[in-house]
Amino acid sequence: MYAQMVKSTGRGVKSPEEMTPEERAFQARIDADEKIEPRDWMPDGYRKNLIRQIGQHAHSEIVGQLPEGNWITRAPTLERKMILLAKVQDEAGHGLYLYAAAETLGVSRDAMTEDLLSGRMKYSSIFNYPTLTWADMGAVGWLVDGAAIMNQVPLQRTSYGPYARAMVRICKEESFHQRQGFDIMMKMAQGSPAQKRMAQDALNRFWYPSLMMFGPSDATSVHSAQSMAWRIKINSNDELRQKFVDQTVPQAEYLGLTVPDDGLAWNAEKGGYDFTEPDWEEFFAVLKGDGPCNAERLQARQKAWDDGAWVREGLLAHGRKRRAAGIAAQ
Amino acid sequence: MVGGPIAGVDPVAILAGRMGDTALVLGHRISEWCGLAPALEEDIALANTALDLIGQAKLWLDLAGAREGLGRDADGLAYLRDAWDFRNLLLVERPNGDFGDTILRQALFDGWHVQLLAGLRDSRDEQVAAIAAKASKEAAYHWQRSRETVIALGDGTEESHARMQAALVRAWPFVGEMFESDETDAALSSAGIAPAPATLSTSVMGAFEEMLAEATLRAPEVSRWQTGGRSGRMHTEHLGHMLSTMQWLQRAYPGCDW
Amino acid sequence: MSDEWPLWEVFVRGRHGLSHRHVGSLHAPDAETAIRNGRDVYTRRNEGVSIWVVEARHISATAPGDKGPLFEPSEDKVYRHPSFYDIPDDVGQM
Repeated sequence: MYAQMVKSTGRGVKSPEEMTPEERAFQARIDADEKIEPRDWMPDGYRKNLIRQIGQHAHSEIVGQLPEGNWITRAPTLERKMILLAKVQDEAGHGLYLYAAAETLGVSRDAMTEDLLSGRMKYSSIFNYPTLTWADMGAVGWLVDGAAIMNQVPLQRTSYGPYARAMVRICKEESFHQRQGFDIMMKMAQGSPAQKRMAQDALNRFWYPSLMMFGPSDATSVHSAQSMAWRIKINSNDELRQKFVDQTVPQAEYLGLTVPDDGLAWNAEKGGYDFTEPDWEEFFAVLKGDGPCNAERLQARQKAWDDGAWVREGLLAHGRKRRAAGIAAQ
Repeated sequence: MVGGPIAGVDPVAILAGRMGDTALVLGHRISEWCGLAPALEEDIALANTALDLIGQAKLWLDLAGAREGLGRDADGLAYLRDAWDFRNLLLVERPNGDFGDTILRQALFDGWHVQLLAGLRDSRDEQVAAIAAKASKEAAYHWQRSRETVIALGDGTEESHARMQAALVRAWPFVGEMFESDETDAALSSAGIAPAPATLSTSVMGAFEEMLAEATLRAPEVSRWQTGGRSGRMHTEHLGHMLSTMQWLQRAYPGCDW
Repeated sequence: MSDEWPLWEVFVRGRHGLSHRHVGSLHAPDAETAIRNGRDVYTRRNEGVSIWVVEARHISATAPGDKGPLFEPSEDKVYRHPSFYDIPDDVGQM
C-alpha cells in the first residue's frame, strides 16, 4: 500500500513465554484494543517499525502530489481545476498529519525528508508511473485512491494512537477523492470517442500498478505476522487486493470499460473474482528505483527542498529575532 | 471583451472581465506551486490562495459573460480567448520566479486588491457588490499572510533580504498599472459602480511603503511603468505560454464535456 | 540550535460555545505564523471559529506510569454521580 514493503526488525512474533514482562504487558494492552500513546513504554521494534511505516506513508502522500499536480495547470474547466487542486492540497495535508504522527515517536520531519531524498526511505511504487492524459486524473482518483482507502479505513483502528487519529482525519477528508476520480471517468466514458479511448487507455495503464499497491503476497511473511500482532497492519495484502478487485470490476463494467485482464473471471465458489497477478518483477524494479518516473519524482522533491531552504531559514531567523525582541521588551 | 467602452457594451462586463482575468491568471500561477513549496504548511496555504482566486475568477467571468450577452460563461471566457483578449494586470502574468518573486507579487496584488474590493463592496451594481463582499474576506487574509511573509523574509537572513530586494526590483515597475484609468473606468466611477483606480493610489502606495519599510526593502525608481494588460494594449510574452498550457485540452478536443 | 521550524500543537474551537479541541500539529517559525498555518491546514472544511497554538515543548503532561495513582482513586467515588441516589418518582423532577 502506501507503506508497501516495511521490513520489521523482529524475527517474527514472540510467544508469551519469550517476552519480557514489559513486552507481555504491552501485547496484552494491544490485544485488549487499548491505544498506545507516545509516552507509553513500547518495544524498540514497534517504534522502529512504526517510524518506517508512517514515514513511508507520509512520503507517499508528498510524492503523490506530483503525478496529479502535473495536470492542475491543464485541467479542462475551472471547476475541475479547483477540485484537483483541492485534492492535491489534501495530500500535502495528509503528509503533514502523518509526519506529525511519526514525530511523536522521536524522529524529526526534516530528518525523514532527508531520508526520502537520499533514498533511505521509500514511498509507494504507484507514484513512479506517469500521468499522460486527463483521463489519468480519473483513473488515479478512482483506482489509486480507491486502493488507498481500502487500506486506510482499517488503519483507523491501528494500535498507535497518533497514527490512528491521523488516519481518522485522512479518511474523512479522502472520502471525496475517489468520487471525483470516478466522476471524471464517467464523463470520459460517456463522452466523445476520443474521450472514451482516453479513459480505456488510462484504465489499461493503471490497473496493474494499482494491484501492486497492496504489495506482494504476505501470507508467509514473518514481518507481516509481527505487524499484525502489533496491530499496525490490520489485513493481509492478498485480502485487500481481492476486496479491491471485487469492488472495482463492477464499477468498470458500469463505465463500459474493459479491465485489461484476460484471466478475469467470477469464481462463485469463493464469492470473488479470479484475476491475474501483477508482474512482481516490475514491482520490485520500480520500488528499487527503476520505474518510469523515479528519477523525476525525487529530483522534483530535491529541487523543492533545496530551493526552499533560504525561505525556511529566512522565516526562522525572523521568528527568532521577533521572539528575542519580545523577551527584551518584557 | 473589448478595451475601451464602445456603444452598446455594458461597462460592468469590462470591469468584471478585468477582475476575473486578473484573478484567474494569478490563481493559475500560484497553482503551479502545488507540491513544490518551501514547506508543507506553505504549500497548503498557497493552494488555499489559488483556490480562492480561481473561485473569484469564476464569479467575475460568469458575470462578465452574462453582461456581455454573447452566451459565454466563465469557462468559455477562460479557455477560448487568446492572449490579446485578456485584460489582467501585467503584474500577475509574470512567471513565478523564486518564492520571493511569488510572495512579493502576491503582496503587491493583495495590497491593491483589498482596497479595490472595499470600494466595489459599495458598488451600485448589486452583483458587483455581492462578489466583492465575498472576495474581500478572502483578500483580507491573503494580504495579512503575504504582507507578513514579505516582512519576515526582508528582515530574515542576509540571503532572504537580498532575494526579496531583487524580487522587488523586478516586480515594482508593474505597480503603476493598478492606478491607470481609461474611459471605461471614468464611466464606472461616475455611475457609482467602481472607484476610479487613481483614487486608490494614495492608500495603496501608503500600505506598500509601510510594508517595505518594515521589511527593510527599497522600491526602485521607475521612470516608466509597464502597463497595457488591463487595457489590452500590451501583454508580456509569458501570458501566451501560460494560456497554451491552460487551454490545451479545450482547444485540442473542442466541444467535449469534461 | 536546530534549523527546523518548531513544532506547534493546534487547538480549534469548532463552534461558538464549545471548548477548543486538539486537532493536530504543524511546524511554524513563530506564533503568528503558526496561527495562520493552523487556519490554512486545519480549517479548510469550515471546521473552526477560533484557533489556539502552543509550542509543543511548552506542554507539561502526566507520566504514563502515574496513571494508577492519579486516576484510579476516583473510580470508587460513585456517590459523586447523581445515579447513585434513589429518589422516589413521586418527588418529581430533581
